[in-house]
This record gives sequence, C-alpha cells and structure tokens, in this order.
Amino acid sequence: MEASGVLTRLGSSMRLSRGDRIQVAVIAALLVFALLGLPQLLSLYWIDIFTTAAIFAIASLGLGLLVGRVGMISLGQVAVLALGAWVGAKLCFSTSLPYPIVLLLSGVITMLLGTLIGLPALRVSGLYLALVTLMLAGAINVVLTQINFPNGGKGFLGFDELYPGSIRRPSIAVSDPSFFRYTVIVALLMFALALWHLRSKPGRAWAAIRQSEPAALTAGVNVTLYKMWAFALASFVTGVAGALFGSSSLKLYNYEFPTQQSIVLFAVVLMGGIYTLWGAIIAGALLWILPALFTIWGINAEIPTILFGIGVLQVLTTAPAGIAYQFPHDMMRLGKLLYRLIRRPAATAGST
Amino acid sequence: MIEIENLTVHFGGVVPLDALTITFESGTCGLIGPNGAGKTTFFNVLSGFVRPSAGSVHAFGDDLLAMPHFRRARWGLRRTFQTEQAIEELSIYENVAMVHEHSASSRSARRQDVLGAIDFVGIEPDPATKVATLGARDRRLVEVARAVVGKPRVVLLDEPAAGLPDEETTHLAGVIQAIPDHMGALVILVDHDMSLVSACCGVTSVLDFGALIASGPTAQVLRDERVMRAYLGTEEFV
Repeated sequence: MEASGVLTRLGSSMRLSRGDRIQVAVIAALLVFALLGLPQLLSLYWIDIFTTAAIFAIASLGLGLLVGRVGMISLGQVAVLALGAWVGAKLCFSTSLPYPIVLLLSGVITMLLGTLIGLPALRVSGLYLALVTLMLAGAINVVLTQINFPNGGKGFLGFDELYPGSIRRPSIAVSDPSFFRYTVIVALLMFALALWHLRSKPGRAWAAIRQSEPAALTAGVNVTLYKMWAFALASFVTGVAGALFGSSSLKLYNYEFPTQQSIVLFAVVLMGGIYTLWGAIIAGALLWILPALFTIWGINAEIPTILFGIGVLQVLTTAPAGIAYQFPHDMMRLGKLLYRLIRRPAATAGST
Repeated sequence: MIEIENLTVHFGGVVPLDALTITFESGTCGLIGPNGAGKTTFFNVLSGFVRPSAGSVHAFGDDLLAMPHFRRARWGLRRTFQTEQAIEELSIYENVAMVHEHSASSRSARRQDVLGAIDFVGIEPDPATKVATLGARDRRLVEVARAVVGKPRVVLLDEPAAGLPDEETTHLAGVIQAIPDHMGALVILVDHDMSLVSACCGVTSVLDFGALIASGPTAQVLRDERVMRAYLGTEEFV
C-alpha cells in the first residue's frame, strides 16, 4: 500500500470517533449540571458531601493511574491526601499567596515528599509494594498524630490547642456552593492533566510497562523513571485534593485520615473502574454519597464497607473494567433489548 | 558487526554460556541449537537482563555491556520475545511510535518512520486499530515493526515464527530477509524452524551447551555432523 494512502486513512481515523464525541457531550452536560444545577438543588449538607466526593474523585484519579495504567498498587493514598492537607493548611495560615498558587504549591510539595518517601518502594512491586505503601501510610499517620494539623498557631507546626482558626478559602469561593463549584473546576483541571499524560509519551510508556517490564526496557523505556513519574503525578493531584479538603472542612483532624481508609479507597477505585477516568468519579461518589444516602435512609452507614467488599469480588470475577465500563455496556444491552421488544410485534405483524 | 569474546554466564552451578566466542558480520545471521543451548540467555545478555560473569560484547565498536538496558534501545538494539509482547491497549500506530519515541531518531521523522515500518512488515488493518483486536499474525508483525522502526542497528528475533501457520511464516521470512537492506540493521534470528532459518540466513551459527560448535554458510552448517549429533544425540544414547 502507498504511504500516502496510509496517511489519509490514519488522518481520518484520528479525528474524534463516535465514542469520543458522546463522551465530550456527556462531560459537558455533567459539568453544566454540576456547576449550575446542583448548587441550586442541594441543601448545604449535600453540597458538603458532593464537595468531599469531588475531592476524593481527584485522589481516586491518582490511585487509578497507578493501579490501572502502570500496574503499581498503593495502599497509602489517603496518607498522601493527609500530607497535601497539611501542606495546604500550612500555606494558607503562613502565607497570603493567592489560592490557586496555594493549590499548586501543595501539589508540588506533596509530589516531592510523596516521591521521596515512595522512592525505595519503587524497587519492589505487586503485593510487596502494596505492603510497603501501607506501612509508609501508617508512618505518616503516626507523625501527623504527633504534630497535628496547622490551625493558625505559632511556630513551624502552627498548631494552637486553645484557639483554632479556620483554613481559608479562595476569596471568589467563600460560601459552600461556590467552593463546590471551585472544587469541580479544579477536579476538571486535574482530570485534564491526567488525560493529557495518558494520551502522550508517558501514557504510552506506562502502557508498555504494564504489559511487560522487560519488553518496555527493550523498547527503550526507562522503567524506573516512568514509574517515578506516575508516582509523582499521583502524589501531585492527591496533594491538590488534600489542600482542597482542608479548605472544604475548614478545620483538620487526624481521625479524618485513618490508615485503613486507603484500603477502602483502593476498593472503590477498583469498583469504579481503573481503565477509564470515569471510574475515579464513580469511586468518589461511592465513597461519600452512598454512605450519606444510607444515613438519610436510616441504614447503618458502615454497611457500604461490606458492600464494597462484595463489589470488589464482583469486579474481580465478572467485570474487571469496573462500573465505569459495565454500566454503559449494560444500559446499551438493556436499550437494545427494549428496542427489540418494541419492534418484534410490528415485525411479526408485517410478515403475516 | 558484533564481536563476542569469551562470554560466560553462571546461574548458580549451571553454565548456560561457557566462554562463548562468536562474531556476527552483517545481513541476517541464524543462531540455532537444541533446547537449553543458551540462545535465549545469549539474547538476554545482549538486552541487559542477564549480567555475564566474564567476557565482552562489542557492537560496531561500542561496548554494549557498559550501557544500561534501556540505553541499548536508544543505541539501536532491538528485540522481539518468544511470547509476543505487542501492547494490547495501544493502537498499531502507537505501539510502533512508542519505540520511536524512546529511540535516537528525530521527532519530525516519526510519522514517516512509523508508517514506513508498518508498511514494511505488511500489516493490513488500519494503523489506528487497537492491538487487542488483532490476530496472531498481525500481532507478530506489529512486534517486528516495533523492532525495525527508526534506525535499528542490531535486531534480535527470538523465535518470531513460533505458533504461526506455514503461509504466514513464508510472509514473515520475506520481511526478515529484507530487514538488512531496507533498515540497515544486522539481524540475529533464533528459531527452531529450519526452513525459516535456511530461507532468511546466509550464515548460521550453532550453539550447544553454551558453546559454539559450528558456524558458516547455512546449508553447510545444517549438514555438519556435529550439528546433527547435537540435535539427535550421540550414538551411545540412540
């Protein structure tokens, strides 16, 4: 075949496919609804829940990248979130930097700390990597229990037991509904950052690593560098999420970041689906909106943890791509089924 | 040209390569031998997965053993594996392009080089097709395209025809034969399919128990008495 023929063929196939166009439309609709509709419809209680869900969607995004795209299991992502929250609170109290800069710096500092702490972990993989990250998360938790979160006190640690202050929010988003909108926009930027990575050189290198490390090495991929890059990116977005979490809840306490929460996060990320970015949004919703609903319905809010266990089992045995893949797939099948049910009588009537 | 001198590998008490001295001049060179002769270990030393306990490897004057493994790809060393390793979640184009991205070739030539390599191996489906949806033949060809894209200097093919039906092996033989002229690389082919080796390789070397037992024009080597004995066993055992 002529090279020019291949070129035109490739050109036509690289335009937005039908699936891509549907996704863009769904994203736009959801975004308009989240920014304009939700804050009007929801009570302040629910806005708070949705804000937290959006923040955890960002953390899930980081974890999903590690697990789904590179094949690295981290059981310490909530500790990284706590790290980001600490750095964000510290910056909010000690500096008067514009809020976007606070977010950016929280991300970068968490990225440096997270990568530094995680560096030795890159030598191991699989179950052992998971174990090491879990232990590191425990260690971070112990340290944070000792030093507490900054709340406007004096000194480097900035902790004041008697007169705790509130962590500031951006001046354009002080009220809860506007801070929710702000969080959604930041989440969108984080998802865009991840998507940009996945569609370019690092994304392809990660795909190679996940398929086979020896094959990636012979293809010239510096496996250690790209693993570290994934770790850094995940820490960055989680750090930004942590800073948002601080501003969302105004005051931070250690019990909000229990070590076992990382394991639950891992479970919901698996359930949401690790091979698409939609999975992270579903994970955030599962982790926060579902328990809140249960509470409203008068069901024990601990029940979701049991459901997540069953959910992970279901995902591992029947739907490895998670809810993000399974749900549209099932809906499509249901649609086809309904379509056939409606069409069939007409078709039989026509043939007789 | 690759010059290997005195190459020795120890795995505990096992010696898969025993003071191997061998030279590959140019074109497509065959490397055959019974199972366990050390062929794959030899490739693993060249790729950097196995560290030899002694010996040297010089490729076109450069000391290959001094480079970290991912650097060797940048230098121009390429390889395919016995089990096919094309990346399922990427398209044909991306599979080949990602190798190009990590090679020394320039970015501006990428599109041309990648489509050229896909064209060269004769993959028919649209380059935007995901590899996961391809059959065994096309996946193999994607791997070969990955191995020849850009400016390869040495291409190691480890049983590329394993599991392929005859007519597809014939197509693959044509592709392999054309690599030295079209891509300017030295090819070392390991395979148990003697018709493939005869069709592709002007010269062939034979390993047995980690040492070179014969080397020369392929037809001559395949008739060599020591080679027959290595494959069939000695008379005492027959």
